[in-house]
Amino acid sequence: MSKSPGMRTALGRVRGLGSAREGTDHFWRQRLTAVANVPLILFFVGLVVSLNGASYAEVRETLANPLVALLTILILASALYHMKLGMQSIIEDYIHGEGLKIVLVMLNIFFPIVIGAVSLFALLKIAFGV
Amino acid sequence: MVELTLPRNSKINPGKTWPKPEGATNLREYRIYRWSPDDDQNPRLDTYYVDLDDCGPMVLDGLLWIKNKIDPTLTLRRSCREGICGSCAMNIDGTNTLACTKGMEEISGAVRVYPLPHMPVVKDLVPDLTVPYAQLTSIEPWLQTVSPEPAKEWLQSHEDRQKLDGLYECILCFCCQTSCPSYWWNGEKYLGPAVLLQAYRWIIDSRDEATGERLDNLEDPFRLYRCHTIMNCTQACPKGLNPAKAIAEIKKMMVERRV
Repeated sequence: MSKSPGMRTALGRVRGLGSAREGTDHFWRQRLTAVANVPLILFFVGLVVSLNGASYAEVRETLANPLVALLTILILASALYHMKLGMQSIIEDYIHGEGLKIVLVMLNIFFPIVIGAVSLFALLKIAFGV
Repeated sequence: MVELTLPRNSKINPGKTWPKPEGATNLREYRIYRWSPDDDQNPRLDTYYVDLDDCGPMVLDGLLWIKNKIDPTLTLRRSCREGICGSCAMNIDGTNTLACTKGMEEISGAVRVYPLPHMPVVKDLVPDLTVPYAQLTSIEPWLQTVSPEPAKEWLQSHEDRQKLDGLYECILCFCCQTSCPSYWWNGEKYLGPAVLLQAYRWIIDSRDEATGERLDNLEDPFRLYRCHTIMNCTQACPKGLNPAKAIAEIKKMMVERRV
């Protein structure tokens, strides 16, 4: 709150800074990525199971397959975005100090981007065999 | 930040056990939350014994029997004693409900009575509901129109009128509101199930012309989207209403107007 709550009326406090006119995008994208995750995660689990006990070379070869590489990229995008949206909700629910909240919201944006960039780089390196 | 333990001055101490009524054989034990703003004591849990042969069957009957026959300082709200005013909402046997429509028979063991959770306490079983009332005011719960006022009433088809069933029956007891963990954590920013059900009651009213503005005012990560379909609201409602569904319908309309 930007104004001190001291002598404000209850209605003034409740109306606060007004409606942010957003939140629906977050809601919609969370559902969208959830739907996308159903087939993608099923594929990913299948992939991990089928590679159980495989050698390093075999795993590299499988990941270099264009279809497997493409699907894995999609999994990374959808799952990391879904994770970011979910964690943001948790932060908004439970963290009420404005300073700490901003720091955590920022870290929550950086984290999936870094993980995604590293994973994507590794995957492309394998896929293009360099 | 989320509070998982009570602040030190809210911790509940063991209280006084009041003497059993003389000569009574059919007794029911009550354990009741007591707190007074007039001393510096922590809240306590007092034990009373109600003579069931001299008392009605509902929890409210028992509370009033205690107030009349044992301890006149016991403080609670009540008015209609038939589930229509919403005054006697409290936490009974672990669930928010109306003391007047909750039968003692439905409860096993001692009848444990606390005020509605996570609200400031005025005294004993009386919570301070200033914030939820202000939140209700903030959604402007009245008919809003732009068209010139008709000579008689605003017309509504039977079909459209039926859309208000399951919404207009809400008595604003705030059993659902105060059962919602999301409301506990973000009570001043999240409107809560009771207020959102009221908001939906006006959004879905075919006579109302401010639907878009109403949706605008709700479209907020905190006001609306703190609802995570926990469903405590629907489980608690003593009138059998479904605030969780009303909130889901609002979210659907939010998506509908942009996708």
